[in-house]
Amino acid sequence: MKSAATVFLAAFLALSASWAGFVLAPQLQLGRQPQVKPSGVEGLYPVARPGLAQQGAQVYRSLGCVHCHSQSVRQDGTICELVLLDAGTNGPATLAALAQFDRELAKLPTLTALPKVIKIVRDVPSAVPMIKALKAAGATAEVKVSAQGPDIARSWGLRRSVAHDFAYDETVQIGTRRSGPDLANVGMTKPALDWQLLHLYAPSSVVTGSTMPPYRFLFEKRMITRAPSPDALQLTGEFAPPAGYEIVPTPEARALAAYLVSLRSDVPLDEAPFTSLTAPAPATNAPAK
Amino acid sequence: MMARPPASMTACSPSSPGRIDASCRLPLFALFGGAALWLALSSVFGLIASLTFHKPAMFADCAILSYGRAFPAWSSLLVYGFCIPAGLGVGLWLLARLGRVELAKPWLITVGAEIWHTGVLVGLIAILAGETTGYEWLEMPRYAMVILFLGFVLMAIWAFVTHTQRAEQSLYPSQWLVLAALFWLPWILSTAVLLLQFFPVRGVVQAAVAWWFAGNLLNVWLGLAGLAATFYFLPKLTGRPLQSQYLALFVLWTLMLFGTWTGIPAHAPLPAWMTELSGVGNILAFIPAVAVIPILVLTCRGAKVPCKGGPLCFTKFGVWSFVLASLLLALTACPLIHRVTDFTWFGQGQNLLRIYGFFTMTMFAAIYYILPRVVGAEVLSPGRVKVHFWLGVIGTLLFALPLVAGGVMQGLKLVDPAIPFVDVAKSTLMPFRMSTLGETLLLIGNFVFLFNVFGVIVSYLRSVGKTVYVDATAQLETAVVKP
Repeated sequence: MKSAATVFLAAFLALSASWAGFVLAPQLQLGRQPQVKPSGVEGLYPVARPGLAQQGAQVYRSLGCVHCHSQSVRQDGTICELVLLDAGTNGPATLAALAQFDRELAKLPTLTALPKVIKIVRDVPSAVPMIKALKAAGATAEVKVSAQGPDIARSWGLRRSVAHDFAYDETVQIGTRRSGPDLANVGMTKPALDWQLLHLYAPSSVVTGSTMPPYRFLFEKRMITRAPSPDALQLTGEFAPPAGYEIVPTPEARALAAYLVSLRSDVPLDEAPFTSLTAPAPATNAPAK
Repeated sequence: MMARPPASMTACSPSSPGRIDASCRLPLFALFGGAALWLALSSVFGLIASLTFHKPAMFADCAILSYGRAFPAWSSLLVYGFCIPAGLGVGLWLLARLGRVELAKPWLITVGAEIWHTGVLVGLIAILAGETTGYEWLEMPRYAMVILFLGFVLMAIWAFVTHTQRAEQSLYPSQWLVLAALFWLPWILSTAVLLLQFFPVRGVVQAAVAWWFAGNLLNVWLGLAGLAATFYFLPKLTGRPLQSQYLALFVLWTLMLFGTWTGIPAHAPLPAWMTELSGVGNILAFIPAVAVIPILVLTCRGAKVPCKGGPLCFTKFGVWSFVLASLLLALTACPLIHRVTDFTWFGQGQNLLRIYGFFTMTMFAAIYYILPRVVGAEVLSPGRVKVHFWLGVIGTLLFALPLVAGGVMQGLKLVDPAIPFVDVAKSTLMPFRMSTLGETLLLIGNFVFLFNVFGVIVSYLRSVGKTVYVDATAQLETAVVKP
């Protein structure tokens, strides 16, 4: 290295390579990802969050929630199970159909206590001949795909988080630490606004042993003048305000709670499939058919 | 004060070290003084943030000091307040000393430094007021970043001009690293600020850009600026030549080529090729760290220089921290390991080793070497430097290692869904409390550093004031005697 120009050239080459790889390439691959039509779900995915939830996302950012909470579910893989939903009216025919594939299954107890998992299959296509044979015999079966892994087992989500889930977020808050639980699907597990508000005001009032700091500054403690506010938190015991006072959420708290309940990525996608045997409720802001 | 000849006259004839140091005085006062202040303030915010883990309800009624604001205030002040100005100051001095030329336009560099510090102040207020961007290591909002960028460019331009006016034509490894660092930061900073804050890209691409920036800032820029000082001060303090320049060149190349791919965590909801590629980058970024070991060992071998808690100790500890941090980063590329360590305190422990153990310690060594020279007097008390050294060493290890070990424990519990999350969260409290002890020691150490730096600056200003006073009174006396 004889001159500054050589150093600059070397630095340029090295940095432009990673710039092309980690800035340009994801933009080309994901920057214009279109909405998709997931199977078994009404409407398109993803959709922008409702207005109040979008404001709440800014409260979430401003309070630095990302430093303790991740929004990214991991998954180790998927498991595919063949579920017999209905044995049909012709039991012997169903058993005969099962016997073509697995002699062990062709026994009478297989047909009782339905629906139940009768076989683990490698993937969905490999189960198609069996499903067809059962259908010919008058029975109904389907493959249930479910994601596996500790995060899924903690019911932090039904599948791993993918790029699609964040398409309309202005500040993507994926996070790198879990001092608190993952929040990618907190709107699925804790959909009640009241619960979220109580939890923000006094986390240990709803989660025993919670290590989360209370966010009392998001609430207003005020004297009850004429009638108690309908928005006041229903607090009991040690968390209740003194008599004659009430705890009312500020607009920030309300927005943050709306954002938290909007956090749900419970839609199956091609890149992260799962089968929900009960159809998920349509999104609240989906256009009516 | 002697008048300096214009830069054009000094361009070709080498200046004396004394005059070079004198030309650096004002900019380095601004850079190091500000950096020392921000560092001390940063550790105050760090301690405030940690207190929340000891008593969650402590700041329940105070938004400004809540964890989500004190924590980014700590990290931003640490990196933007201390690391970058200190690295720049040391880099400027290295360019001037190694080029045997006086600093070009010291007053403009000083203005640049003040602009930078103003940007840090604006950013700090913005973070405390809730204007944080939400991207880790890039928390300051865009109006602060623009100020920082202008300040940096102003300083970088005159650093480069100093370099082009150098009298010594052949380049020493430290100069390569400083020049690469001068080039690196504006690029990553402008890319990140433009694509995240001015014209935000969509969805997870934001996260990719933010992680790319953070990886380049922590794993490459700090490496470049820190090792530039290491490669200068190791030979300087031991009195032996650098072993060897070729190995240093290898370190520079591999650090730039491989380090730049680090930063994207394995769990990221990004296409698998990106996380895998970043994992490979994490492993390969260990190569420059391995190559630094023979440089340290061979350069120091046979040197009969006692370390005694002085600058040499700081530098050596910095190198070993760099190696350890890079090893931990490389380990996280292994799927068996990152399955456990992702989303835990492990990564933070690794970052702390890199920032506190490697970078700040290396900078302390450089600043303790440079400051007495730019004021032209040995005014630092070796005792206080030694106290700072031991506070820094014990503090860093107590801060970082419990988080590394606690992160592994936390991760092992996190992957076992039979353990309720509340228990996982509680299990991290013990190592976290131990790390708070280390953090407290670092806080004391950082105040000792602040005291040391300002001791030098104040004693210099006092001596200048005394000279001016003596001159003025001498004139007065002659004026009185005359009639």
